[in-house]
Amino acid sequence: MNAPTSAPLRAPRRALPQTITLAHGGGGTAMRDLIEVVFVSAFATTRDQDAAAPLEDQARFDLAALAASGDRLAFTTDSFVVDPLFFPGGDIGKLAVCGTINDIAVGGARPVALSCAMILEEGLPVEILRRVAVSMAETARAAGVPIVTGDTKVVARGACDKLFITTTGIGVVRTGIEIGIGRARPGDVVLVNGLLGDHGAAILDARGDLHLDHTIESDCAPLHDLVAVLITAAPGVRSLRDATRGGVSAVLNELAEASGVGVRIRELDLPVRPEVHGFCEILGLDPLYLANEGKLVAVVPADEAAAALAALRAHPLGREAVAIGEVVATRPGRVVMETRFGGERIVDMLVGDQLPRIC
Amino acid sequence: MRYVDEFRDPALAAALIREIEGVAHRLERGRDRPFAVMEVCGGHTHAIFRYGLEGLLPDIIEFVHGPGCPVCVLPMGRVDDCVAIAERPEVIFATFGDAIRVPGSRKSLLAAKADGADVRTIYSPLDALALARRHPDREVVFFGLGFETTMPSTALTVLRAEREGVTNFSVFCNHITIIPTLRALLETQDLGIDGFIGPGHVSMVIGTEPYRFIAEEFGKPLVVAGFEPLDLLQALLMVLRQIEGGTARIENQYARVVPDRGNPQAMDAVERVFETRPVFEWRGLGSIERSGVRLREAFARFDAERRFAVPEISVADPDACRCGEVLTGKVKPWACPMFGTACTPEMPLGALMVSSEGSCAAYYQYGGVRQPHADATPHAPKSLEATA
Repeated sequence: MNAPTSAPLRAPRRALPQTITLAHGGGGTAMRDLIEVVFVSAFATTRDQDAAAPLEDQARFDLAALAASGDRLAFTTDSFVVDPLFFPGGDIGKLAVCGTINDIAVGGARPVALSCAMILEEGLPVEILRRVAVSMAETARAAGVPIVTGDTKVVARGACDKLFITTTGIGVVRTGIEIGIGRARPGDVVLVNGLLGDHGAAILDARGDLHLDHTIESDCAPLHDLVAVLITAAPGVRSLRDATRGGVSAVLNELAEASGVGVRIRELDLPVRPEVHGFCEILGLDPLYLANEGKLVAVVPADEAAAALAALRAHPLGREAVAIGEVVATRPGRVVMETRFGGERIVDMLVGDQLPRIC
Repeated sequence: MRYVDEFRDPALAAALIREIEGVAHRLERGRDRPFAVMEVCGGHTHAIFRYGLEGLLPDIIEFVHGPGCPVCVLPMGRVDDCVAIAERPEVIFATFGDAIRVPGSRKSLLAAKADGADVRTIYSPLDALALARRHPDREVVFFGLGFETTMPSTALTVLRAEREGVTNFSVFCNHITIIPTLRALLETQDLGIDGFIGPGHVSMVIGTEPYRFIAEEFGKPLVVAGFEPLDLLQALLMVLRQIEGGTARIENQYARVVPDRGNPQAMDAVERVFETRPVFEWRGLGSIERSGVRLREAFARFDAERRFAVPEISVADPDACRCGEVLTGKVKPWACPMFGTACTPEMPLGALMVSSEGSCAAYYQYGGVRQPHADATPHAPKSLEATA
């Protein structure tokens, strides 16, 4: 893939109706107009015009070019449903692009291209769809990862909630990079790249139930550059995970279980924004379980921890990176938190969603 | 927004723990069982586990996790009643989040929602009233739940609904009161509680005066406490000092929030809207006289029990469950044969396993650092195995 162009959005050739109807999923001219006007014009800006075959059902890649940059293909897919569609710091489109780039990146791969499938609810305002598509395109363009193919379906009103997006990504893993959830060893250091829980708090806040004084912004961001910097500084990095649903707690529990080790973290070292901290206090939530969309948990060998931390902190998305704990041989499969008073507690996986307490 | 770090200062906590150790050391001589201090409120239980406080205290002190989680003491039959109301096609059933997974005998509200009932999670009863305004063609029923802490907000919402002439809003009232429950608890035979940490949020409304009988009639100290770790440690120290001094008084550690006489405006709203029920059933504790409230006749049109044909189901707890004994501090959660096996947060049998304030869920999730050995129970859950 070549560098993306920055061509401006093309003006619609035909006027579109204001809302999505079932006709936009029917395979006829209405659907073609929608795809051309909303998606093709936006996504074309994310990629080299010559490589684009916007109205075909697949993108085609030069295998030799891919093989030259690594020895394994990384492949991932994820669906995005969020209420509200637009929230401080992002929207469903930005989330869909960042989320899939991050899933590729935490495998140690360089993301190459994305696909995008849209499920639209009948009655969705076209303007909302256009805003989402533009946001996806801007995010993909800034990240240097083109959106090369896609699909659109329309379902009857009530069959989905406004707009669902599935993004699939491919990437290439450089020769020699070995990263996996089962590779942590006692003595390794656990790092995070910044403040925890912003996305989860932003979404709850954006639903408008609490009317907080401070707006909390989602941390939604593509992490592939940060991962590249980290891997260069700490080539022995054992494990990387983006801490999305279930938060850091879910990542650490999966790590402990898959690697057959214990993880010990320190409450005092967990980086949490004061606003998020206060928000969690009000609702009886724990930031360790809140979703993030721009945070990763990295496990690195102890002798590379200082270099890894320095590299993370030198990157804009890792300025607040810290070591939050260690991998230990005791209590395999468990995550234990040392509380700020020196007490300890188990940090278990969450059952379902966190539920705000009654009082 | 006020932040809370000043109430979580590790150095201050360490100093308090040293003082507690000093008193405990002096009290320990000649003592053949631990001093049992009951934290009445589920919020305290949650904080004790969240901060690992138990593991920091001398062995001679034991927290007993009391009945103060309103979700945990909700009897199964009332949940069935909720589900019956929620499943009516015209109803939007509005509930606090932590009530949604409490098991009824057939299903929980969450399962009813999956089956098509319109169940919504809200943060305040005013949200339910707003739903009623937004959906004039539906019947919005608010699941009124909680001790005196949440009772005033339900009362004020009913008064507002009346003032605004909202006709499609009602309350399924399950509010309960703490004082009769404490009395019933204290009248229990062989209750081995040496002192109480009193509920902070409830006391903000009722004040500290209503607890006086605990000291005067039953000779037990009670200290009303806030919810931060330092609050709890300080309150524990105050209880222990009373025990050491041979006194029994009602003290207020949470004076920054709790006035001794409570909040008269809140109590006035409660008094206007609610009346005491002759008897109310508690999960695990049975029926307790005058321990619940219902809407007064004047507000009958806002009373879901009168508006809908509520089945008023009464369902016995499963035989093997020991919720009642856990609630009264007679056994620890892991002594229940269901704990961690048939009853887990994923598939709770008893409500103590559902709410984050329930002591079983707290033991399961955070790990009971005081449990002596994993092999003390044949069915120790994974989080407790880890602490052995």
